[in-house]
Amino acid sequence: MRLARFYEQPLMAIIVFLLLIAPPPFVSSFLLTLLTQALIYAILAMSLDIILGYTGLASLGHAAYFGLGAYSVGILATRYGAGFGVALPVGILVAVLVAAIFGLVALRATGVYFLMITLALGMVVWGLAHRWVTMTQGDNGISAIPRPDLGLPWSLTFSIPFYYFTLAGFLIAFSILRMIVRSPFGQTLVGIRESESRMRTLGYHVWLHKYIGFVIAGGFGGFAGVLWAYYNGFVSPVDLQLATSVEVLLMVALGGRGTLVGPALGAGIIVLLKNLVSVYTHRWLLILGAVYILTIVYAPEGILGAIKRRPKEMKTKAIGVPGLPEEEI
Amino acid sequence: MGKKQIAVILGLLTSALTVDAGVAWSQKAPIKIGFLAPVTGGGAAVGKDMTNAFTMSLEDIGMAYQGLSYQMAGRRVEVIIEDTQGDPAQALTKLRKLVESDNVHIVAGGFLASEGYALAPKIDEYKIPTLFPVVSADDLTQRKPVKWLVRTGWTSSQPNHPFGEYVAKTLGYKKIATIAMDYAFGWEQVGGFQRTFEEAGGQIVQKLWPPLGTTDFGPFLAQIKRDANAVFAVMVAASALRFPKQYQDAGLKARLPLIGGGTTLDEFVLPSLGDEAIGGITPLIYSAALDTPANKRFVSEFRKKYGKVPSYYAETCYTAAHWIHEAVKMVGGDVENRDKFLAALRKVEISDAPRGPVKLDAHGGPIQNIYVRKVEKKDGELWNTVVHTFPNVSQFWKYKPEEFLKQPVYDRNYPACKYC
Repeated sequence: MRLARFYEQPLMAIIVFLLLIAPPPFVSSFLLTLLTQALIYAILAMSLDIILGYTGLASLGHAAYFGLGAYSVGILATRYGAGFGVALPVGILVAVLVAAIFGLVALRATGVYFLMITLALGMVVWGLAHRWVTMTQGDNGISAIPRPDLGLPWSLTFSIPFYYFTLAGFLIAFSILRMIVRSPFGQTLVGIRESESRMRTLGYHVWLHKYIGFVIAGGFGGFAGVLWAYYNGFVSPVDLQLATSVEVLLMVALGGRGTLVGPALGAGIIVLLKNLVSVYTHRWLLILGAVYILTIVYAPEGILGAIKRRPKEMKTKAIGVPGLPEEEI
Repeated sequence: MGKKQIAVILGLLTSALTVDAGVAWSQKAPIKIGFLAPVTGGGAAVGKDMTNAFTMSLEDIGMAYQGLSYQMAGRRVEVIIEDTQGDPAQALTKLRKLVESDNVHIVAGGFLASEGYALAPKIDEYKIPTLFPVVSADDLTQRKPVKWLVRTGWTSSQPNHPFGEYVAKTLGYKKIATIAMDYAFGWEQVGGFQRTFEEAGGQIVQKLWPPLGTTDFGPFLAQIKRDANAVFAVMVAASALRFPKQYQDAGLKARLPLIGGGTTLDEFVLPSLGDEAIGGITPLIYSAALDTPANKRFVSEFRKKYGKVPSYYAETCYTAAHWIHEAVKMVGGDVENRDKFLAALRKVEISDAPRGPVKLDAHGGPIQNIYVRKVEKKDGELWNTVVHTFPNVSQFWKYKPEEFLKQPVYDRNYPACKYC
């Protein structure tokens, strides 16, 4: 049943690509900044999905890597006048290193214990941002971070060039993540999610695979943070607090975990809902809450999960044999 | 729908149109004001005071268009209130929306220091005149000035400069322990107090910094040095609600008088406190108990409308709308000329704000009265009775601005604790 894969068909990909590349000249500059914000959050949500959706480990500390990337840029750019060429690799590297250390601690546990440990580790980074005032300026945050100068004829201070800059970042992140989840390595992650013991019996080094997945997720979280710092020109402890981690978790859950397109979609929906609904009513949190509840009740696998499931059910009924776990994306 | 009803509707429409055409000002596009406040999230209660007072003020300034719209200098005024959630990134997004999408002529509001620092560079980039009635981070009008910012509220250390002297000379305390929330707002308040208190002969013998969000002060209260004469506390919102009770329960109230920063015992928390707050002395730019005609009118009107005593958040936002009005009048309603409008905003002097006279110094910080206030019970309610007034205090107190700006901004370790 090809319908199940309609969003993977080349035609669909082209339409989505056009939808992403076309809007700037036609939409208002405010909507464009929201779309930019949505793309950045989409990268963050996709990176979380590597551990949450593919590996099956729910983390409540993912904002830490986002914050590490953002703070690296903030500190390097305002203190040392570092350019994009330095800030980008350092931001990602810092996130990767911290994820490599945190992974050693967190991956000793699974399930709710993993959740608690990642939460605690996330709070450690938050505390550092909050209390290491000489470096991070504490609660006040780091402001006046200049937009990167790439030597292009279009200054990134304007919203249209910066949108395309972010879009390029998003497409790169999406392609690499897609490659990873489709690779044999990505398949082992899914295998671990489905049955860790079976994977172990088959001779896979389960822990190492989880660890690599965890570090990759951290690295891309850091990449999103780098873009975020340039986008806002400002970083504060709010960016890596628990509420941010929870919000990203909700983006993944809303869009559909275990798919890359889902979390990106979820990020877009939440960013737009949050900012557009709050224009019309100050009770916007009620609406956002209702969306979450409806998703959990009617589409526990997220929006994309629901779309995927329907044709699959039909197929199972028709053939009368439970289908094998399908290839995931 | 009968013919008669259609006729009535048509009649109403035509009359509305003629009214519209008959009034010259209504043809000009409205003056748009963007207002940023934490409508949801942890600061929602403050946000409510801010927006209530701001809209009440606009109503006072005048209604037009048959009582359906605010007006200033003959132009219709439109206010767009946006929710920052007390999150600096969100405040930035909302500023973008107000400027790029709504094309506002002026922005007012903001709550936390971090919001202020996040907005500052963007304000200058947009060249949009902006009023900060609440954000009090010292450096925004000191070492990191913002050209397009007009601060009509206060700076964190401002009330504590005169208060330090007052405590040393008038109250006669020689040794004081401080306990303050561990972030820039607390540091700046304690720093300002320590500087003038020690210059007047006092000694800060201990500095305690409970982290933001502390609810149990027991471990900190147990450490307070026994040879102190008084305790200087800086609490905000949730911590301010709990602190006085725990201070009393720890048996300290009877022994060590409680003094502190203005927010520790302001009108925002007083209604929720009990007798444990009585006797506390704090300085601030406002007290709801001020005995001036302007303030009495403001307090009674605000109480009637919203059923509570106005806090300083309400007063500063109320005055902010008047401030905008004065500047709009000065430029004859021509807010499109931003340079002229900004210059006018900087020139405004308000002589009868509820808090007293206010004007700006050369650095864009407000010069205003500082009130030393003592919590007393009147008719079963707690009030901040004004026991002393320091008139026309600037953010630099008695120091020369150039010399003041040479020292670093007050923080956790500056000034150093020499007598600890």
